[in-house]
Amino acid sequence: MPNTTVLLDVQGVTIVRAGRTILREVILQVTAGEIHALLGVNGSGKSSLAYAIMGCDGYRPDAGKIVFAGRDIVDLPIHERARLGLTLAWQEPARFEGLPIGDYLVLGRPAMKRDELWEALHAVALAPGAYLLRPIDRTLSGGERKRIELAAVYAMHPRLAILDEPDSGIDVLSLVDVQRLVRRMAEAGSAVLLITHRDEMAAIADRASIMCAGQIVLTGTPAEARIAFAERCRPHAAITGPQWWAPTGARG
Amino acid sequence: MTTLDQLRPAVQRDDPAWAREYEALLRAYAQAGGPPDVLRSGRVAALIVSANRVLGAVTVPGVTIEAEPLPDGVQARIVVAPGVRMDHPVHLCFGMIPATGVQRIIADYQVGEGAQVAFLAHCSFPNARDLRHIMDAKVQVGAGAVLRYTEAHYHGPHGGVVVEARASIRVGAGGQYLSSFSLVHGRVGRLITDYDADVGAAGVADLTSLVYGSADDDIEVHEAVRLNGDGARGLARTRIAVRDRAHSRVFTTAEGNAPGARGHMDCAEIVRGAAVAENVPTVIVRSDEAHVTHEAAIGTVNRKELETLMARGLDEDTAVDTIIRGMLCI
Repeated sequence: MPNTTVLLDVQGVTIVRAGRTILREVILQVTAGEIHALLGVNGSGKSSLAYAIMGCDGYRPDAGKIVFAGRDIVDLPIHERARLGLTLAWQEPARFEGLPIGDYLVLGRPAMKRDELWEALHAVALAPGAYLLRPIDRTLSGGERKRIELAAVYAMHPRLAILDEPDSGIDVLSLVDVQRLVRRMAEAGSAVLLITHRDEMAAIADRASIMCAGQIVLTGTPAEARIAFAERCRPHAAITGPQWWAPTGARG
Repeated sequence: MTTLDQLRPAVQRDDPAWAREYEALLRAYAQAGGPPDVLRSGRVAALIVSANRVLGAVTVPGVTIEAEPLPDGVQARIVVAPGVRMDHPVHLCFGMIPATGVQRIIADYQVGEGAQVAFLAHCSFPNARDLRHIMDAKVQVGAGAVLRYTEAHYHGPHGGVVVEARASIRVGAGGQYLSSFSLVHGRVGRLITDYDADVGAAGVADLTSLVYGSADDDIEVHEAVRLNGDGARGLARTRIAVRDRAHSRVFTTAEGNAPGARGHMDCAEIVRGAAVAENVPTVIVRSDEAHVTHEAAIGTVNRKELETLMARGLDEDTAVDTIIRGMLCI
């Protein structure tokens, strides 16, 4: 069970890019060891929030603070945030070329033992013998690259892993593997900020928040969030027109 | 032409000077990534050349190696008999221990119909300060044959090497020529490669070059695949990283000259510091049923790759180095 120590505290973060507000006074807390689902339709700002927390280029807050493990990390470069125990698995993994998978997995924790390396690949349902020496290249499928990315995060034993749609690009049958992985990470002591569209994924969370138009509009139990998401979330204005989060029954 | 058949390694011979040179070259061979124990074993086909001296040549059934000295190098002919399938690669070790001099290798490689063989070449010039290595090769891959040619160079830390490597390759119907050239350890100096492949029907030419330049290294890569037969396929793949004041120029050509020919050129160059990288692709198509494509990515490292590695805790310089090492298979 998660404890109540706040590990990540996003305090009123706003980001404006090219005159458009992509994050608007975002408030979000993730406690140590918690699985926290973040739901929202396309374009609602979930990935932007992930990039802002990780410190990616172009996502520095214009206002607000991001506090991780008691420290304001807004001015820290990505690698220093990572060394504090924060990491991110991108929705679409980077296309590295040539780096052996085993070498890639140990980057986040060079002292990793061989059995831990094997365990990381087993955790994403990949056979270590077939993958450890194989280079990351174009012969890997999108699903394989995604699993390798998740294995790298798992192997790092971070204090907080942000998983940006870990279930996308992976077939439904493999959804169970991803759910199992997230649970294993939490059991190992990592908090997980789980960005997803899927009810089944959100169901494994301890808490869940909904993002809409760059704002957190609800934080509650996964059941509350899933019901609200199903009933009240509409595709973002940028995609279909001016429909967004509103009280139930406000629109026909 | 002298045939040096089943010559044992020099350390087993009586001439101490020859043995010293042989051992020095094997150490250089190891620096270039070669396995010296394999050469010492005498059980695999091998040609070992130091400057213009043939220190060893070992043939095995199905592979004939002939070599004779020239005033400034060696002329070599390697013939793989038709239908021969080699379990172990043919090892080629070329190098010079002195800091200055010239080594010219005139090579004629013939792989008979249906044969399958790999050549593993290591060229090492560990002490070079004013040295020139010239390779002029003719390669004939017979119908249905497969030749994997891997060449790795080590030029030492001084950059005092000029390498001019030319190969004219003919691939017969259904044959395959798969080559990889790498110069990723130590300094490059000045490098000019010029590989030119003519591919017959349903044949394959796959040319890869991997080079890491630094200081004032100067790199010039020419790769051309001419897809002359129906259904011929070709790939010219270049991966170069340059830093400091190094300069690279890549000229790739793919010709689709027959129906069903498929060619692709893929150039990636990473540039750091004051280095300069250029890529000049040429696409020529002479058949309305051929298809040739080109892609190039030149400049800084991919931002997403960089941020992914930094999210694992690597600082920016280490992350860049890791990306380059991955790209160059170091």
